[in-house]
Amino acid sequence: MSRISDLFKSKPHVINVGIESFKDDLLQQGAEVIHLEWTPPGRGNPALIAALDKFESPERMEKIEAANRLAVERIINSQPVLIGYDQAINCVPGMTKTTILHAGPPITWDKMNGPMKGAVTGAIVFEGLAKDVEEAAKLAASGEITFSPCHEHNCVGSMAGVTSASMFMHIVENKTYGNIAYTNLSEQLAKILRMGANDQSVIDRLIWMRDVFGPILRDAMKLNQNGIDLRLMLSQALHMGDECHNRNVAGTTLLIQALTPYILQTDYTIEQKKEVFDFVASSDYFSGPTWMAMAKCALDAAHGIENSTIVTTMARNGVEFGIRVSGMPGNTWFTGPAQKVIGPMFAGYKPEDSGLDIGDSAITETYGFGGFAMATAPAIVALVGGTVEDAIGFSTRMKEITTTENSNITIPLLDFMGLPTGIDVRKVIQTGIMPVINTAIAHKDAGIGMIGAGITYPPVEAFEKALLALSENVQ
Amino acid sequence: MLVQALIKPNTYFDSVSLMSLSTKANQIEEVEQAIIAMGTEMNKEVMKNVGLLTPEVEVAGASDLIIVVKAATDELCETAFGKINDLFTKKNSGKKGTNDIKYSTISSAAGSNPEANLAIIAVNGAYAAREAKKALENDLHVMMFSDNVSIEDEIELKRFAHEKGLFMMGPDCGTAIIGNTALCFANAVRKGTIGIVGASGTGSQEVSVRIHEFGFGISQLIGTGGRDLKEEVGGIMMLDGIQALEDDEETKVIVVISKPPAPSVEEKVLAKMETCKKPVVVWFVGGNEEKITAAGAHFAKMSKEAALKAVLLAGADESKLNKRALNIPLIEEVRTKLTPEQKYVRGLFSGGTLADEAMHAAMEKFDNVYSNIQRNPEYRLKDRYTSQEHTFIDFGDDEYTQGKPHPMIDPSTRLERFVQEAKDPSVGAIVMDFVIGYGAHEDPVGAFLPAIIEAKQQAEQEGRHLEIIGYVLGTELDPQDYQEQIDKLLAAGVTHASSMQNAGLLAREFVVKGE
Repeated sequence: MSRISDLFKSKPHVINVGIESFKDDLLQQGAEVIHLEWTPPGRGNPALIAALDKFESPERMEKIEAANRLAVERIINSQPVLIGYDQAINCVPGMTKTTILHAGPPITWDKMNGPMKGAVTGAIVFEGLAKDVEEAAKLAASGEITFSPCHEHNCVGSMAGVTSASMFMHIVENKTYGNIAYTNLSEQLAKILRMGANDQSVIDRLIWMRDVFGPILRDAMKLNQNGIDLRLMLSQALHMGDECHNRNVAGTTLLIQALTPYILQTDYTIEQKKEVFDFVASSDYFSGPTWMAMAKCALDAAHGIENSTIVTTMARNGVEFGIRVSGMPGNTWFTGPAQKVIGPMFAGYKPEDSGLDIGDSAITETYGFGGFAMATAPAIVALVGGTVEDAIGFSTRMKEITTTENSNITIPLLDFMGLPTGIDVRKVIQTGIMPVINTAIAHKDAGIGMIGAGITYPPVEAFEKALLALSENVQ
Repeated sequence: MLVQALIKPNTYFDSVSLMSLSTKANQIEEVEQAIIAMGTEMNKEVMKNVGLLTPEVEVAGASDLIIVVKAATDELCETAFGKINDLFTKKNSGKKGTNDIKYSTISSAAGSNPEANLAIIAVNGAYAAREAKKALENDLHVMMFSDNVSIEDEIELKRFAHEKGLFMMGPDCGTAIIGNTALCFANAVRKGTIGIVGASGTGSQEVSVRIHEFGFGISQLIGTGGRDLKEEVGGIMMLDGIQALEDDEETKVIVVISKPPAPSVEEKVLAKMETCKKPVVVWFVGGNEEKITAAGAHFAKMSKEAALKAVLLAGADESKLNKRALNIPLIEEVRTKLTPEQKYVRGLFSGGTLADEAMHAAMEKFDNVYSNIQRNPEYRLKDRYTSQEHTFIDFGDDEYTQGKPHPMIDPSTRLERFVQEAKDPSVGAIVMDFVIGYGAHEDPVGAFLPAIIEAKQQAEQEGRHLEIIGYVLGTELDPQDYQEQIDKLLAAGVTHASSMQNAGLLAREFVVKGE
């Protein structure tokens, strides 16, 4: 049968683009209609449309599609395993005693926002490089401290992401592709370094983490020869109602359950071990960084594939939001202004107290959970200000800008749809749909800490710049 | 300022929900500050810091829910507590069906809905070609309502569609009926055995409703877009459309509607008709009879004639048809009412082909016929806001729509012009179309009625007869009430024409002098 005779013999099943009243007229006649949520591609910018068109020549299209298939295959097939904990100076590539890693794309001290400056000065004091935060600020401004993005050292860092030499790191190995990713330990909530707080209670906690918490975890994992399969655990946690960015109740329970037998076998006092368990129990966030390192480990394996338009990093330094794309190898960042985070706030704080979007935690959305997996976490839909249906909508909407579904990690509420995987710069520009990010809100000033949580979106400029660069690059 | 606390013992809410409720509570008008939280030590500490710690709060336990409000008076506190309680009990709006999956691209919609077979593209012309290409790549037929698409894009899309065996209707295609479903601007007509391929939307609508009125029906109505029969495009869609109807078992008779094609295209189209196994009726508005007859096709000079020929070829019994002949006594009557100065016809149309047909009827009798759609530049309107002698305006033309919806949806521009024409003492008759059906205004006659009534009164006061001819394009099956539209015209003293052909002829005949 020809396509035309097929059309004549059946009722039209229409995809309606544009004028919505045509849809209503068709429905009135009993026809099937899908009305697209259409906006002009690239916000109507001719240069972006030209770039999109350029990608559509058959040869380029074939190259890009093949590269993207490879990229998502590497994301999905990556098997990140937690193999241990150690201090940054011992394991993180390029780490020195005077290096401070931070979240997001590169930034200089003078440009850092309040929470990041608070965290940096706190870390300098913690490392014994200055006696107080005032002196630390002078040192930070002196040029003697090397600032560098976590992402450029196989690391990720939550919120300010400030990571210094003696902090303990998760070590996550990609059993499929061999690369390793790192991230530091959760300080739990809420008045903490990563949120910009830096008073003595914060420093004291960091010292305890360096002297007790970290060493116990390190020694515990030395006893675990097989490591902990984080992809499997993440999948379980999502089935238990986490989205593993803003809700980590299930994941933290699973992780501490896996660590406990080994913690018990270490040579520390019962008192110290109890401190560890109490600390983990004090906040659900304990496993938050773990999932970030897991995602980073998988996405690094997909970075640097020629002609790929898949996003491998989304990260914010509190001033700028930066992305990296697989087809633009190395540390090529595309940036735009960091956005506000909209959501409920702790009692006593107002939206104008909020610092802008910050942290490397958007690596979770880059992988496909967090905001992308809102449908797994109906318990926290209040964060997105809505209903369970809205939560489901967030997950299905992300399918419009991703390449495939990750069949290893599924969303029960959506008939076990896999996580939307492989954000494609082309699709973001084509549809105008921005990746949705669940995140915390830090106070805009140094020294205060977390004041709320909510959702945010990247600035479209970052994706526009990436698209234009890719269009130069893909031949 | 007063601080009051409400403690709900042993009531648990998760912290995220409470943060959200707190945020909403702080937006309540009466509230200076509010905190809703569980009575944990940490929360109590926060309340102490912001001066909201009351004795009740101090003794609340971690499993007690605390609501603290700071407001100007006791009463305001009470009101605030009431509103906060509502926040807890507020159910979700219970909207149904929002779970429908939303798609943003044709590819994703088509990928998830393999039964989809046609895309309607009605976006800004700058983006329309990209979307159409995507649709064709996804094996969807395309109806492109958008205009302002380059002719190069049109050619590329039509060639691509032709290769894939798909329809590329448009750009600037407003009318089609596929599988008895009206697409964009079309009328509800009976299903039948007559197929139409039209390069002109309102022309196709007109013939389809006439066929319906004659008791017959439409198998398929295929639109090609207005430029299809231009030299550059070469009639790709017209030729494919004729072929499709020839291949279609349901179709017995084919009607082809267009402005006269470019000579090279006309040759191709006529060659196609020569080999076509089914009878073809051709209405090329203002076209040449000889060539068409020579190609073995049936020539129609006007719209009703095209419909009549088609139904006769489809098996109608001519003796039983009501052909709605022109009302000759009426013509005589109106002529006597008009003064010698009332010489001119003013045609104000929402449909381009309807304007064209009326204009051609006038051109048979008069030389001084002006229009924005005149082929001969000598007779183009010099100023689009000022009529010259006999004037016919297609208000759907770009120069009149500029930034506004089509006159079939937005009557405002045409309405203003009507008021202007009605005041002109040299005007003998104003002729207008009122198109109903899918896509069209819900009450096009109603939109004009007050202006018509006022104009008639005004003319009467000035001692002249204002002759208005109205034609309602539609059927009794259309979503609007067809008969009601006609009744409204009649009640306002408008002469109702039963077809566009008759409307054009009546307008012309009314102002003929000295016959």
